[in-house]
Amino acid sequence: MPGSGGEPMIAVIVARIVQMLFVMLGISVVVFLIFFATPGADPSARIAGRNATQETLAAVRKDFGLDRPMPVQYVLLMKRLFVTGDLTSFANRGQRVIPQIMDAAPITLALVLGAAVLWVVGALVLGVVAAASRDTLLDRGLMGLALIGVSMPVFWFGEVMNLLSQSRMHDTIFFSWVPSLGYKPLSDGFAPWFKTLVIPWFTLAVLYIGFYARVLRANLVETYHEDFIRTARAKGLGPLRIMLRHALRPSLIPFVTMFGLDFGALVGGAALLTEVVFGLNGIGRLTYVALQSLDLPVILATVIYASFFVVAANALVDIAYAALDPRVRSGR
Amino acid sequence: MNAASHEPAPLLDVAGLTVSFATEWALVPVVTGLSFKVGHGEIVSIVGESGAGKTVALLSVLGLTDRRNTKIEGSVTFRGRSLLDLSEREMRQIRGREIGFIAQNPMTALTPVHTIGWQIEEQIRVHLNLSRAAARRRAAELLDEVGLPNPAKALDLYPHQLSGGMRQRAVIAMALSCNPSLLVADEPTTALDVTVQAQVLELLRRLRLDFGLSIILVTHDLGVVGEMADRVLVMYAGRVVERGPTDVIFDDPWHPYTWGLLASIPPLHGQRAMRLASIPGTPPSFTALPKGCGFAPRCRFRFEPCAETPPRHEQGEHAALCFIDSSDRPRLREQILYPSSDRVA
Repeated sequence: MPGSGGEPMIAVIVARIVQMLFVMLGISVVVFLIFFATPGADPSARIAGRNATQETLAAVRKDFGLDRPMPVQYVLLMKRLFVTGDLTSFANRGQRVIPQIMDAAPITLALVLGAAVLWVVGALVLGVVAAASRDTLLDRGLMGLALIGVSMPVFWFGEVMNLLSQSRMHDTIFFSWVPSLGYKPLSDGFAPWFKTLVIPWFTLAVLYIGFYARVLRANLVETYHEDFIRTARAKGLGPLRIMLRHALRPSLIPFVTMFGLDFGALVGGAALLTEVVFGLNGIGRLTYVALQSLDLPVILATVIYASFFVVAANALVDIAYAALDPRVRSGR
Repeated sequence: MNAASHEPAPLLDVAGLTVSFATEWALVPVVTGLSFKVGHGEIVSIVGESGAGKTVALLSVLGLTDRRNTKIEGSVTFRGRSLLDLSEREMRQIRGREIGFIAQNPMTALTPVHTIGWQIEEQIRVHLNLSRAAARRRAAELLDEVGLPNPAKALDLYPHQLSGGMRQRAVIAMALSCNPSLLVADEPTTALDVTVQAQVLELLRRLRLDFGLSIILVTHDLGVVGEMADRVLVMYAGRVVERGPTDVIFDDPWHPYTWGLLASIPPLHGQRAMRLASIPGTPPSFTALPKGCGFAPRCRFRFEPCAETPPRHEQGEHAALCFIDSSDRPRLREQILYPSSDRVA
């Protein structure tokens, strides 16, 4: 019989972070191999971009050490990505890649973090209320709304929001506070930053609120059939307590799983449509532009950046599992 | 113990309880006309196959059925209060406080994400005005009471860290936490190993003596009944087909269904049959209950009258619903309980 309440959380966290570092190392190797060791293709030609001159190709070969062995190429690349940060783009005439990412990342992070807070809180409230009032009109109404949210394409909804807030109703009291499109950094003050982001947050969150609320409701309804809910009722607990203390936590696992995947993907550039619609020059847009001009160094850097966020988000999800469910902690 | 039922006011008095579930097509009765009394310090057992309506009967006494699709008729009087007329809020003050509930499967009856101690403290603090520290002390005492080794440490264990028997003890400790006067146990030993079963039953018996608890024990195991109960109700297809003091039911069972149940326990003495007897067929579906006697389709002794509602034979506290005449009874019963050949249908 084990004597403690499972492994302590801190051990779980440390173990998971170490694991995460190994996965990231593996990803960087795989990404390197895809870009530099694909058989039958000359990496220098692709890095140099379309219609590159012989001089450029030679410069690329020297710059990336392409005449040296693979491991050296890998180390050189990693050094230029993470240590010196001087990876340069050839398609874009020598522009540094890392600063571009450093400029774009905070915008995407601000957009996705804000939207994530909205959608997690919104979906929790919606899912809990719908499950608590299941099979009533309120439940059906909320789930209908959620379905509408899921069904609206984000670019369409974003443009509608823009149409209302920037043009048709901009002069009414509802939207007169809305600034013009684009991002204002937090260093310019909180209020302008907040105002530019409110509508993009809401737009991005609507889809996820609908989706997450429906999943949470389904899981809660399933949990309510469990024996321990009957035990909780037989203990004489009130409905609110049963919902929040007994039903909600065991129902959150799928919710957290989805959150990890979606959050990682969005930070890694999947918020492209929202960024484009609201003129936010984030990672999604940066990748998109780089893809159009086949700017390989930028694509390479954003792919690595994005995969790191997905891995980090997944590590956080695993830590959240351990916090939610003691059975995970004791490795069962 | 039988004297308890003669007292003017029993602890629990269930009279004419009928529970029906609303389906899309009709109202389906699952328990019909259930009446019984539980005296102070008495153990009353409800026996029957799965699907006989035992659990539903218990849950409706506790008000734990889904109010939206369940119709409950009859009366349930607990300490002079009519439980069926209470609001959900008033009912919550009785549940867990005055009536403790022990679920069938201890593996799933505890919330997996909270420690045993947390769950017991929760119940104590919802009902009694105790500080956290006092509730925790009380929880440790309870775990000690039900025989959990090292109770102070067990408080901080999660359900998955305990074995089935230990979990069931924790569930019992939780049910006892507010000193209820009635314990309702829904097949408390079904999910446990045989040796653990015996320990848990022993514990329940001791608690009855120590605390003067009354217990309603739902089971499908007549062996458990014989060891524990003062009185027995045998349920079939939502009706009590036979009732009486335990020793009477074992010595002189009247209903063919009870015979079948008794025949399915291996005898302790005498010659043992090659095969244990079983009752052929399965219980009827509640949506298609036969007219007349519900057991008739599976009964070896059915004859024409069985298509009508069976009469109630009564003798003191012993009663049964069956057409078989008292003069024919011993002869027919022999055929089931003491078959001459080993081939028992």
